[in-house]
Amino acid sequence: MSAPLLSIRNLSVAFHQGGKTSLAVENVSFDIARGEVVALVGESGSGKSVSANSILDLLPHPAASYPSGEILFKGKDLLKADDATLRKVRGNDITMIFQEPMTSLNPLHSIEKQIGEILKLHQQIEGPPARTRILELLQQVGIREPEKRLKAYPHELSGGQRQRVMIAMALANRPELLIADEPTTALDVTVQAQILELLRGLKSEHGMAMLFITHDLGIVRKFADRVCVMTRGRIVETGPVEEVFTNPQHEYTRHLLSAEPTGEPPPADDSKPIVMEGKDVRVWFPIKAGFLRKVVDHVKAVDGIDLQLRAGQTLGVVGESGSGKTTLGLALTRLISSKGRIAFVGQDIERYSFGEMRPLRRQMQIVFQDPFGSLSPRMSVADIIAEGLLVHEPSLSFEERDRRVCWALEEVNLDPTTRWRYPHEFSGGQRQRIAIARAMVLKPRFVMLDEPTSALDMSVQAQVVDLLRNLQAKHDLAYLFISHDLRVVKALSNHVIVMRFGKVVEQGPAEGIFAKPREDYTRALMAAAFNLEAVPVGGVKQ
Amino acid sequence: MTAASTATVAREAPVAPPRRGLLSPTNLRRWENFKANRRGYWSFWLFMILFVLSLFAEFIANDRPLIASYKGEILFPVVINYPEEKFGGFLAETDYRSDFIQDEIKANGWMIWPPIRYSYDTANSNIPHSAPTKPFWLMDSQERCSGYPQGVNDPQCVTGNLNWLGTDDQARDVTARMIYGFRISVLFGLALTIASAIVGVTAGAIQGYFGGWTDLLMQRFIEIWSSMPVLYILLIIAAVLPPGFFVLLGVMLLFSWTSFVGVVRAEFLRARNFEYVRAARALGVGNWTIMYRHLLPNAMVATLTFLPFILSGSITTLTSLDFLGFGMPPGSASLGEMIAQGKKNLQAPWLGLAAFFTMSIMLSLLIFVGEAVRDAFDPRKTFR
Repeated sequence: MSAPLLSIRNLSVAFHQGGKTSLAVENVSFDIARGEVVALVGESGSGKSVSANSILDLLPHPAASYPSGEILFKGKDLLKADDATLRKVRGNDITMIFQEPMTSLNPLHSIEKQIGEILKLHQQIEGPPARTRILELLQQVGIREPEKRLKAYPHELSGGQRQRVMIAMALANRPELLIADEPTTALDVTVQAQILELLRGLKSEHGMAMLFITHDLGIVRKFADRVCVMTRGRIVETGPVEEVFTNPQHEYTRHLLSAEPTGEPPPADDSKPIVMEGKDVRVWFPIKAGFLRKVVDHVKAVDGIDLQLRAGQTLGVVGESGSGKTTLGLALTRLISSKGRIAFVGQDIERYSFGEMRPLRRQMQIVFQDPFGSLSPRMSVADIIAEGLLVHEPSLSFEERDRRVCWALEEVNLDPTTRWRYPHEFSGGQRQRIAIARAMVLKPRFVMLDEPTSALDMSVQAQVVDLLRNLQAKHDLAYLFISHDLRVVKALSNHVIVMRFGKVVEQGPAEGIFAKPREDYTRALMAAAFNLEAVPVGGVKQ
Repeated sequence: MTAASTATVAREAPVAPPRRGLLSPTNLRRWENFKANRRGYWSFWLFMILFVLSLFAEFIANDRPLIASYKGEILFPVVINYPEEKFGGFLAETDYRSDFIQDEIKANGWMIWPPIRYSYDTANSNIPHSAPTKPFWLMDSQERCSGYPQGVNDPQCVTGNLNWLGTDDQARDVTARMIYGFRISVLFGLALTIASAIVGVTAGAIQGYFGGWTDLLMQRFIEIWSSMPVLYILLIIAAVLPPGFFVLLGVMLLFSWTSFVGVVRAEFLRARNFEYVRAARALGVGNWTIMYRHLLPNAMVATLTFLPFILSGSITTLTSLDFLGFGMPPGSASLGEMIAQGKKNLQAPWLGLAAFFTMSIMLSLLIFVGEAVRDAFDPRKTFR
C-alpha cells in the first residue's frame, strides 16, 4: 500500500483554563488511506471531535495547544504549517461537515452565495461558470429543482436540506478528505438514512477518503471500512469494521457493542384505571394575514388525535420532527391551549386555568429532551429536585424535604451525597437521571417523556431506558413516550401512535405495529431506524 | 417508600449542605478574570479607597475640631453640635474658627483639628488677597500669612488653615469642596443607578416574560417616553420644585430607567423558552417565582456589565446640571458649580483644573472598572 493520505502520529491536545491544564487527547495515532472511510467512535467527551478539529487546526488558541504529535497530510505536517498553507488546505484538500445544520450555515446569505464563496476562494471561479458548478453540486447532493433553491436562505430549508447544502459546500473543491463530525446526529432517522446514502454514493463517485465521527455504532457498521474506538482521549482499539464488531478485543468496545437499548415493555394490563384520555385533541395555530390580522388559515400541529393511557403502561408517540408529537404532549399536560376533550384520572381538564391545574401538576410530570438545557445551571441538584416540593408540599420541613430529595436520587440510582453539586458537574446521562428524579420526587401518576434519550450517548440511552422501565413497574406509572427513535420506543411502549402532519398514520398495540406495519410511512420509519435504509423520495420528508 | 429506607438514607447522607466558599465556582472564575485585568483591578481599589475616604469627609475637612478638651470635659464637636454658651458665647452654633472660641478653648484645654480646617461651605476670612486666592504653594511664606493679624508669626497660620488648592470666589476652600463634591457625585450616581436598575430590570423582566400585548404596549410607551427632551423637562421642573438631592434623583430616575429595559427584556425573551423554565412551569411554579429564581440570574450578567457605565453617565448628568445652575441648591458642594466658577474666573485656573482632574480621574477609574467587569462576565474571554 502506498503512503496514507492522512497520518496522525502521537497527537496530544491540551486545554488550559484557569491555570489548569487537561489533556483532551492523548497520544492518538491513526492513518487514513485514499478512498477509505475511517470511523472514530466514542461517547461524548472522549476527544473524538477535538482530534478531528485539530487536523485543520480549528481549536481555540491559546486555550488549546499540542504538547506532542504530528499530522501528516500527503507528507506535510499540518501542525507546523503556517496560516497561509493551512488556509489552502482548509476547504480545498480537506473539508468538514458539522453536526448542527441549523447553525453551520450563515443565516444572512443565500445558498448560492455560500457555495460560491468557496469556489471563489479556492478556484477563483465567479459569475456564470460558478453558477453552473453550484447547480451541478446541488444536483449531486440531491436537492430537487436546484434552480429555484439558489436564492433560498437557510431558514427556508429543512434540516436535511441544510445538511445537503453543507455537503455540497464540502464537495465544491473536490476534496481528498472529508471530515464528517456527527453529520446525522441532529437529524431525524429517516433523513439520517438519506444523508448516509448520499455520502456513500458520493464517496464511491469521487473516491475521496472520509473521517466519520459518530457515537452510533449502527452507522459505523453500515458505513465504515475501519474503525477507531476512542475513550478518555485515547484510542483503545482499531481495526477493520468486521473484525472489531465480531471479535472486539477491548473491554470498552464490548461495552459499547452491548449498549443498544433492548428489552420488552412490561405486559399491558387492561384492568388498570385509565390515567390519561384524549378525544379529538386539536392544536391549531392561526395564520394571520393582511392589515387587520384576519385569520386566513391554520397550522394544524395536532389534528384530531384520540388516545387512551392506562396506569403502568406506555404510549409511544413516533414521528419525524415537525409531526406534532411534542405539541400533542404539551396539549395533554395543558401547557398550551387546545381543543377537544382531555381527561386526567377521570377529570375533564381541558378548560382548567393555570391555578386550577396547579394541584394536578404534581401528578403529571415532564422529562425534557435536553439534559443540559432542562436543569438550571445556577441551582444545586438538591434545589432543582426540591423545587416541585416547595410548590406542592410547602408544609414540609427542611429535613423532610431533604429526605425526599435523597429518596428521589436513590430511585434514579444516583448517590444522594452528590446533591449539593451543580448540574455542570454531571455527565449527560446523570443529568437526565436528575431530571427524572425531579419528576419522581412528586410521585406522579403520569409522566410525559419528550425524547428523553435522543441527546444521550448510545450506551447511556440503554441505561436510561432500563431505569424508566424499572420505575414504571415499581410505581405503576403511565408514560407518554415521545421519540423519533423506534429502537427506544420498541423497548418501552405497549401502544404506539405513528404521527405525521399532526394526524395519526397508524395506531395500535406495539407488537402488532412493529411486526406488521400496515402503512408505507411506518415501514419507511422502521427501515430507517433499524437498518439505516433510505426509502424512495416522497415516502418521507426530505 | 418505606420508613426503613428513609432512615438509612437519612443516616448515610449529611443533612446540612457542605460549607461552600463565599463565591460559587462561576463567580470565582469571574473574580479571577476581573483580577486578570490589572488596570481595572487597580482602578477598582483606588476608587474604593477614594470613595470610602470621602465617606468620612467630615473627619478630613471640617471647620470643627475632631476632639476638644474644655475645662476637663472631652468634647466631640465633629459629631455633636455644642451651643456657643458652653464656651461663654451666645450663638446657637459654635464657630470654632473664631479667635474668641479658639482662645477660650486653648486657655482651658486643647483641641485636635482635622487635616483641613474648612468644610465645603466655610469661608476663609483671613485670605491674603481678594478671592479667589491662589494655592498656598504659589505664594511665599510672607504672602500666604499676610491675611492674619500677626503675619508669619500668627499661631493660626498653620498647614491646616492654608488653602492647598486655593479658594473659590467666595473664599471657600477648594480642597474641601472637592472632597465633598466627589462624595455627593458618587453617592448621587450610585443611588440613581441602583434605583433605575431596580425599576428598569422589573419593567424589562415583565415585558420579556409576558411578551405579547404587555410587551408591545410597554415598548411603545418607552419609545415615546425616551424621546422626551430630558434636559428641558429638568429645567422646567427645577423652576417649579425646590432643587435638592432627592428631587433631582426622582426627576432623573423618571428617565434613566429605560436604559436597562432593552438588555433585560432581550435576556428574558431568550430565556423564557429555556427548557428549565418550561420544566419549572410544568412543575406548577408560579410566574413570579420563575422570573425571580430562574430568569433573573441570566439577566443579571447583562445588567451588572451595564452598571459602571450608567454610574459614570449619572455623575456626568448631575455635574452638567450643576454647571448650568439647575442642580443642587446654591452653596452645596458640587463639582459642576466648581467648573462654572472656573469658567467665570479664568484668572484663577486652579478652580477649573481641580474640578477637571477630579471629574476625569473619577470617570476614568469608573470606566476602567467597567471594562474589567465586562471582561469578567464574558464567558469566552480567556487570559493567559
